[in-house]
Amino acid sequence: MTAEASRHLDETAFRELVRTKWTISLVLTALILGIYFGFILILAFAKDVFTIKIGTHMTLGLPVGLGVILSACVLTGIYVFWANTSYDASVRRIIRSMRGK
Amino acid sequence: MTMTDFTSTLGQPNAVSIGFFFLFVAATLVITYFAARKSKSASQFYAAGRSVTGLQNGLALSGDYMSAASFLGIAGLVALKGYDGLIYSIGFLVGWPIIMFLIAEPLRNLGKYTFADVVAYRLSQKPIRVAASCGSLMTVAFYLIAQMVGSGSLVQLMFGLPYEAAVVVVGAIMIAYVLFGGMLATTWVQIIKAVLLLGGASVIVFMVLAKYGFDPSNLFAFAAEKYGDKVLAPGGLVANPWDALSLGIALMFGTAGLPHILMRFYTVPDAKAARKSVFYATGFISYFYILTFIIGFGAMAIVGQDVVTKIDKGGNMAALLLAEVTGGTVFLGFIAAVAFATILAVVAGLTLAGASTFSHDLYVNVFKSGRATEEDEVKMAKRGTIFLGILAVVLGIAFKGQNVAFMVGLAFAIAASANFPALLMSILWRRFSTFGATVSIATGSVLAVGLIIISPTVWVDVLGNAAAIFPWKNPALISLPAAFAAGWLGSILRPEPDAEERYEQQKIRNYLGMGAE
Repeated sequence: MTAEASRHLDETAFRELVRTKWTISLVLTALILGIYFGFILILAFAKDVFTIKIGTHMTLGLPVGLGVILSACVLTGIYVFWANTSYDASVRRIIRSMRGK
Repeated sequence: MTMTDFTSTLGQPNAVSIGFFFLFVAATLVITYFAARKSKSASQFYAAGRSVTGLQNGLALSGDYMSAASFLGIAGLVALKGYDGLIYSIGFLVGWPIIMFLIAEPLRNLGKYTFADVVAYRLSQKPIRVAASCGSLMTVAFYLIAQMVGSGSLVQLMFGLPYEAAVVVVGAIMIAYVLFGGMLATTWVQIIKAVLLLGGASVIVFMVLAKYGFDPSNLFAFAAEKYGDKVLAPGGLVANPWDALSLGIALMFGTAGLPHILMRFYTVPDAKAARKSVFYATGFISYFYILTFIIGFGAMAIVGQDVVTKIDKGGNMAALLLAEVTGGTVFLGFIAAVAFATILAVVAGLTLAGASTFSHDLYVNVFKSGRATEEDEVKMAKRGTIFLGILAVVLGIAFKGQNVAFMVGLAFAIAASANFPALLMSILWRRFSTFGATVSIATGSVLAVGLIIISPTVWVDVLGNAAAIFPWKNPALISLPAAFAAGWLGSILRPEPDAEERYEQQKIRNYLGMGAE
């Protein structure tokens, strides 16, 4: 079924779809890698940064750690939002044009 | 508040907890009974007929991931070490965005029941299935041993039940779920467990925060005044930067290579639901780790470190003690029953993943060259379930009292080095060949297992040698790049033009979802 349908594939639109998907995926992957390993490298080499006081007892490390957790949620949220709106719409357009021809 | 006169009822049979536990088992067995009628076909047995919604799968994924060890262990780590427990949690969370960005949708569109379906999509079935099964079964086996041994000791601590009896009870109930109810029952066990665990932990946190005017910073300040400001700052967890980096890589990419997690993406109807389920799972797991962090500080502030270490020197009983102090024996009983339910759910998920590899990858696609009837396939999966269930009980008892802490790290290292690189390259790289994939999986597994044996975790801590040959506790920083390099080199040395041609078809199915199961 796919073999037959693929003859009517809009090559340009499909290539564009795949390229955009991996651009978004790889940028987001780089961001989470950067955030997490940045966090780990600060712990390994500049731990004192996280012991800086931002209140009577509160340290900088605590909100930063919670921020890393939050960033994982936000980045997956961004991906889902993009995929649900832009990606799915492009897929529908490409499939419609394949069936239309 | 002073806790010096506090004596815990932990370790004594607790009527409430036994009652709640029987209620949980009865409810899940009723679900299993109804699921059994719907678990006749292969797609129903392995993938719940692909009828699970995104939200349900998100809960089930978090149920698979939030083990009793992470609930009780991380709360205990926080209670004793403070901030370091948070670093640990973060490591286990950051793999989820990776699953989302790189793996979830291609896996759903290209595969059928196991992740080996994706790797073998356009390559030679037999060598790929054999290699992928080795990676998959090793990951499941080490994870399962760690869970069984952990559960035996936890149940002993919580209920005073003998270790062996606990392991046999866990094994028997888990086999019943998987054998009769397949993926549908396993999914509902995970969902119920996730809701109970998140709900129970939320109630503990509510009661802790009620004592501190619903302001977590009051709790942190109180703990810091009691045990010093060091509890709010990083301690000795990240001592060696290379070691930390290596563990980070194992956790981050290992999550995206765990067979029981990957298998769950086949239970949803399409890629869109797969993607939604990762988003929900990330949210639930984040919330769970934030709860365990506050529970740990609650135990530190309210129960006190001396009381926590008196019951268990590793701190594993911190969350339960806090439940007892804040909610009395009834609440302790409830939380202990939830922890037991958690153990059951995680081992059920692992066993189902192992049985699927055994039947779908090895029996059907290697032994029968893809020509088995559906009835045969389900029959073999059920035999695999019984075999793995009994094996888990036997190994659980054999490893009693052994140091198995390294096994979770090993499972993640194998998943990151053997399973993840082959999976990613098969999705992304046109020229990836059968030879390349086989060599990549072999390199990843051999290096992960070999290096961990000569690392401090096994060579020194388990085998008792004076110094380790390999300096880091986790091998992923070497074994993961080596697996990618081996995959690349193998594909260059023995290219496969047929597979390259089939890549165009694979792309259409991958990105447009056309022809997906």
